[in-house]
Amino acid sequence: MKNMILILMSCFLLNACATQNASTYQQLGGQPKVEEIVDDFITEIEFDPIMFEFFKDSDIDRFREKLIEHLCLLTGGPCQYTGDSMEQVHGGMNITESTFNHGVDLFINAMTKADIPHPIQNKILAVMIHTRDQMIYH
Amino acid sequence: MVQREYKHKMVIEKVNNMHSCWYKALFFSLSFISIVSQASDGKLIGTAGLNQIEGSGGGGIVPWATLAGYDSREQISVNAFTTQVDIDDYRLNVLGVSASFYDRVELSVAQHRFDLKTLGGDIKQNVYGIKYRIYGDVVYSVWPQLSVGIQHKELDDGSIARAVGAANNNSGTDIYLAATKVHLGAIAGFNAVWSLTARATKANQLGLLGFGGVNNDSYQIMAEASAGVLFSRHLAIGVEYRQKPDNLGLGEEDWFDVFVTYIPSKNLSFTLAWAELGSIAGVKDQSGLYLSLNGQLW
Repeated sequence: MKNMILILMSCFLLNACATQNASTYQQLGGQPKVEEIVDDFITEIEFDPIMFEFFKDSDIDRFREKLIEHLCLLTGGPCQYTGDSMEQVHGGMNITESTFNHGVDLFINAMTKADIPHPIQNKILAVMIHTRDQMIYH
Repeated sequence: MVQREYKHKMVIEKVNNMHSCWYKALFFSLSFISIVSQASDGKLIGTAGLNQIEGSGGGGIVPWATLAGYDSREQISVNAFTTQVDIDDYRLNVLGVSASFYDRVELSVAQHRFDLKTLGGDIKQNVYGIKYRIYGDVVYSVWPQLSVGIQHKELDDGSIARAVGAANNNSGTDIYLAATKVHLGAIAGFNAVWSLTARATKANQLGLLGFGGVNNDSYQIMAEASAGVLFSRHLAIGVEYRQKPDNLGLGEEDWFDVFVTYIPSKNLSFTLAWAELGSIAGVKDQSGLYLSLNGQLW
């Protein structure tokens, strides 16, 4: 038992089981899947009273285009982000931590709808969350 | 002599009444809080952890830096849990509640009833906990979340603690510092969580056998650790370790467990573990099943 735990722990600490080859962008299925996730995310927002408040005066087509670029870029895809900075986009909205985290839940729903496997979902989240500090409490 | 015993009983009864009063006050204030604040769902599912055996937010036997419940900075959460650890010669029954305020402060109360299966009788104690989050967010910050906490333990009846030679058979206080981190997609794309805790303690077997003893009667720093993998948003598997002092000279040993937690929703989780708790009060090789049900009431 003790040995088993030690082996498990060292495997865990060394991260020995990890594989890192293709970009997350490729693993998730490239541009079509990126677009599918963003479309599903927009649907999630439309049907969510909390999130819809933040989007009711937004240009959804522009949001869609820029989020696709951003998601593609963050996951290591061949894209350029041509939108405004995260601070500019979210400034004055006073997005709270709970609203942000709620948005993450909806984004996970969108990925699940787009049939993104659980491990790939996590890899996408891992690169997306760096925008958090630029988004909340501004 | 009889009078003295009677007096002793009175004191115990008074203490018990005080405890039940405490519980009532807590439940009352918790239900009040429920009315005035918004419900808590502000963390990623599976990242809120459980209530550990002494009531603090954590794994099964180790307190973590996370606060029990899904509250974020604008939210309050209230959790209730029940845990049973059924080992060869003993059985620990735990009931508890905790409340987390704005992902910053956690208060908890847990009641232990430790059944002496082969000897008969039981040992009861209450554990009052407070935890303060010093830094970070277990998922989102670059460095691990850090918290400091206190667990104050009060034995109902210290006669067994006295019999096994505890230096103090009334109460004791543990202080701990914990660091916890979730790494998104870290192991083949699965989320991984680890936690390290340093605990200053004099407690013998959680305090059930009193505090301090002939071998040692001063605070010692014990290391505790958990590591787990979230195989989906609803299933976590992991291991835990808890170092223990041997103050009584009865050969108290370190604790280990392997756990599986099923998290059907943010309001509910079930944990099944195999716990190896070593020698307890001189009875060797105590191991068995650990079962826990954890519910978020608010």
